[in-house]
This record gives sequence, structure tokens and C-alpha cells, in this order.
Amino acid sequence: MNDETELPKDLHWLVRPSTIKLLWRGGFVLLAILVLADFAIHPHAAFGIDGSFGFYSWYGLLTCLAMIVFSKFLAIFLKRKDTYYDD
Amino acid sequence: MMIDAFPPGVILVLGGLVLPFASTQIRYAIILLLPLYVLWSVWQIGDGIQLALPFLEYELAVVKGDALSRIFATVFAIMAFAGGLFALKQEQVAELAAAFVYAGSAIGVAFAGDLITVFIFWEIMALGSTMVIWAARTPESYKAAMRYLMIHLLGGVILMIGVIAHVADSGSITFQAMTPNSIGTWLILAGFLINAGAPPLTAWLPDAYPEGSFSGTVFLSAFTTKTAVYVLLRGFPGIEILIYIGVFMIFYGIIYALLENDMRRILSYSIINQVGFMITGIGIGTEMALNGAAAHAFTHIIYKALLLMSAGSVMFMTGGKRKCTDLGGLFQSMPITCICGIIGALAISSFPLTSGFISKSMIAQAAGDENLFFVWMCLAAASAGVFLHAGIKFPWFVFFQKDSGLRPKDPPWNMQAAMIFFAILCIGLGVAPGPLYDILPFSTNYVPYTVPHVVNQLQLLLFAGLSFFLALPLMKRTLTISLDWDWFYRKFGVWLVGFLTRGIVEMRRDVFAGLKGLVDRIISLAFSSHGPDGLFARTSAVGASVAVIVVMLMILVVAFYTNV
Repeated sequence: MNDETELPKDLHWLVRPSTIKLLWRGGFVLLAILVLADFAIHPHAAFGIDGSFGFYSWYGLLTCLAMIVFSKFLAIFLKRKDTYYDD
Repeated sequence: MMIDAFPPGVILVLGGLVLPFASTQIRYAIILLLPLYVLWSVWQIGDGIQLALPFLEYELAVVKGDALSRIFATVFAIMAFAGGLFALKQEQVAELAAAFVYAGSAIGVAFAGDLITVFIFWEIMALGSTMVIWAARTPESYKAAMRYLMIHLLGGVILMIGVIAHVADSGSITFQAMTPNSIGTWLILAGFLINAGAPPLTAWLPDAYPEGSFSGTVFLSAFTTKTAVYVLLRGFPGIEILIYIGVFMIFYGIIYALLENDMRRILSYSIINQVGFMITGIGIGTEMALNGAAAHAFTHIIYKALLLMSAGSVMFMTGGKRKCTDLGGLFQSMPITCICGIIGALAISSFPLTSGFISKSMIAQAAGDENLFFVWMCLAAASAGVFLHAGIKFPWFVFFQKDSGLRPKDPPWNMQAAMIFFAILCIGLGVAPGPLYDILPFSTNYVPYTVPHVVNQLQLLLFAGLSFFLALPLMKRTLTISLDWDWFYRKFGVWLVGFLTRGIVEMRRDVFAGLKGLVDRIISLAFSSHGPDGLFARTSAVGASVAVIVVMLMILVVAFYTNV
């Protein structure tokens, strides 16, 4: 079977660079709206910090980046080729 | 002896045992109808002991109903149905037979009113699940199943010793809330935790589950860990150490899933992460927290099975491809599998309008109500992390990222139907949580949908999503695995045994060499004295002999003469 001829030459609309650019822009607009929504809502904070402006936004972003960096740090010691356990 | 009900779990076990001998049509009928009958019979079990049987000097409460038992038995039966539908055309009938035995014994544990019955069904579960892994019939699955069985037999032995010690202490076999304050109760807790995938024995799960067949892993994800959650809920609610064990499992699952390349291992680590949320809830121990743990077990079984069905479909249609490095771009040719996978991913991430949102929120709410600031902060970070490691990572690397050039079709109708059924449940429970809240162990008036809660959850999740795409270069997949606790018994243990036995071999060789040398010396000594040329073997002339004898006689005569 010759995959080359069967694959469509033009990209699926979802993965065209123009669509991806649009998705990034739309994503940032959505994030901005969500952060600004903090002005409108009145949270019932359990502790105080969770009621402060933009808490969930920066906390979500920073903890995730921290987890990614921490996992990369652990990878220095823990990573092996995936044939490591093969006999 | 009292018989008011036949144990629903045993119906499913017996059905499983019949499967291999049934013709194809009858097999399909059993697979599709029996779990529904079991589901019906679960709801015929009233509160209190329904079936008591004598055993030695004890009275076993084989079937004992209450709300907690019923909610777990319900989701186990639903899972058996959808898993059966997904695996309907599985050529390895043994896998389905084992899966039904496995599911049936899980339901058996959910209704067990005493510790001996718990233990019996616990062990049947271990055997059933091992058979499910074996049914994949690959060399990897054989070895992984052996390692899996070893860990679970160890867990079973620990549980059995615990039960015996506890019964000897308390004189009662009743399975009820305990405090770990004796050897017996500590060992029972340890036995339960091993099945939950708690540290240090976490690695059996991501080691064994991904080695099941495309459909086997779907069954595996549901029963063992969630039965462990059930017994912890009943046996050890509010035990503080469980909070810390749960929080550890949450982050362990995230970190290892972030490093993983195999899509089914990603989802396996994510099981430990999700069970961690439940165990944290059990440790908090308030009605809200226990409700949250039970509800989360219910919704988790459904969306995790959905995710693994999606992954299984990809595997099935690509001839067994599991690694993110081999996959990508599949959304173009597998739209149903992709959309169902994304719905499962949104549900596990607790997006509003999905089932994860209405269950996981209760655990965080309980941590807030109890003023557990540290725990609450961990749960919030972990909620973001779930979206990161499972919610985006799985669909992104399997269905999007680069174009792998693969163009597999969606799987056969029964697999699609099972996925669509569970996708509908994920959305349905998220939109209308009422029916699930009604069957929780404690009555609740929790309201998940408030404007701040929805907005805050979206902020948390979407910024987690942003971090994924910002850090995408760091997330690049490589052909690697990460060392885990199983290294201790897969590498270090093997090396240690080799080292010790090498020592023994050398010692044995030295001892034998020494002994042989000793024997050789004795032989050569004997040879030198008694050999052909030895002193005692020489011949000598008669005259010389007579002369020697005469001389000796003379010495004697002289000696005796002087003495006399």
C-alpha cells in the first residue's frame, strides 16, 4: 500500500497554521475574560487566599509549570530507555 | 443460617464460568443480559444481613446491604455491562470469562458483611484479574501477570494474617469501621492499601494493567483499586494517615504520567492519581468527604473505562500501537473514538457539566470545611495537574500533535456503542447529578453548580491548559520509561539474588576443593605407606627377617631378665 498517494495533500482545516493561530488568539481572549470574571463573582472563600483576585488563574498556571519542571528534574535520575527491562 | 437473597456477585461469577462452554449466540446473550440482571438484583438487596451461612464456629454475613454497598455494586455491574459490550467480539473468550469472575467477586466484596467473606472474594478477584492479564497472550503479559499475582498474593497473605489477628483480638468477624491500633487492624489496613496502589507498592498497577489486551485493560481499571476504596471507606473512615497517603498518590500519579510515553501507562498512573483523591477524602472522614470519595469512585470507574476504551480502540485499529511517539493525528480518521476520548478526558479533569466536576468538588469542599489548608491547596494544584497529565496529554498526543500518517477507522459498532454509552453517562451525571447524589451513603444537599465554583474551576483548568502548551517543548515524548518501585523487584532483587547465590556457588566450590584436597592427601599418604612401593608393602628376604626377630627376642630376654 502506498501511503504517499493516499494521504491528502492539503492539511485538515483543524491543523492549518491559520487555524492554530486563531485558536491561540481565541484561547488568550478566553483566559483574559476568565481572569476578569473575578471582578464579577463573589466567591465563598474557605481560607482567604482562594478569594483573592486571580488566585485560581495564577495558581493553576504556576503549580502546573512547577509540576512539569519537577518531573523533568526527577527524569534526570529516573529515565531509562524503554527496553530497560527487556531481557 | 438465613437465606433472603442470592448473592448478586456470585451470579456474575457463575455466568463467567459458563461463558467458555456457550455457543456464540448464547455467549453474546450472557455477556449483554447477565450484568443487567445482576444490576437489577443489586437493587433487590435490602438493608441488613440478607444471607448468613455457618462456617466453622462463625456465622458469615455473605450478603449484607446498605447504601455504601449498593452504590459500589451498582457501578461494578454497569461496568461489567459496558466492558462486556466493548469486548463482545474479543476472540479470547477466557478474557471475558475471567473478567466476569473478577467483576462478580468485586460485587461480592461490596456486599460482604464479615471479614472472612471479604477475604474470600478478595482472593477470587486476584485470580480473576490475573487471568484477564494473561488472556492478552503475549510474553510481556505473562511476565507482568506473574509479577502482579505475586504482589496480590502478598497483599492477600497480609490481609489474612490481619483478619486472623483481629478476630483473635476482638472475637468478632463483622466488617465495620476500625481504628488501626493493633497488629491485626494495621495489617488489614496494609492489605487494603496494597490493592489501592498505595506507596510503596504502587508500581504493580502501571506495570501490569497496560499489558492486558485492548479490552482487558478496560476491566482491570475498574475493580481492584475501587474495591480497595470501598473497603477503606467502610473499614477506616477518618483515619488521618490516609490523607497523606492519598496526597502522595495524587502527585505520584501526575509526575509519573507526565514522564510517560505509553498512552495506557499514562492512564494507569492516572488511576493512582484518582484513587489518591478518594483516599484523601476517606482520610478526611466527614460525611461530605466520604460522600465525595464514593461519588468519585462511581464517576471515575466510568470515565477511566471510557478513556481506556478510547485507547483500546486506537490499539485495536492500529495493530497494537500504544506509544505516543508512534501516534498522532488520529482525529482525522477516528472521530467517534477521538470525541469519546475527549469527553472522558474532560470528565477526569472535572470540567463543569461532566461527572468529575460533581464528584471531586465534594472532596475539596470537605477539605475546606475542615479548614485543612495544606490539603486543600494540594487538591487544587492536583486538580489542575489532572488536566495536565491526563486531560490534555492523552488526547493531544494520541489524536493530535504531529501527523503520524496513520489513518485507522473507528472500531466495530459494539466498541463504539460502549464508548458512546459511557460518554453519555459522563455528561449525564455532570448535567444532572441528582440520581447519583440520591444513592450516596449519606444524604446530601451539596450544590456543585454555583457561579463562583464554575468560574474558578474553569480558571484553574484553562490556565493549567496554558501551561501545557507553553511547556510543550519540555513535554516532547521520548522512547523512555521511568524507574519506579518495581525496579526493586525487577532489577535490584534479581541482582541481589544473583549476588548472594554467586557467593554461595563460590563458597560451595571452595569447600569442595578443600575437601577434595584433604581426601587426595589421605589417599597419597596411604599410597606412600601401603602402595606397591610403600614401607608396609615391601617384600624382604627370609634370612633378614629371622635376624630381625632374633635381635628382638634377645632384647626382650635381656629386658625381662634384668627386671626379674
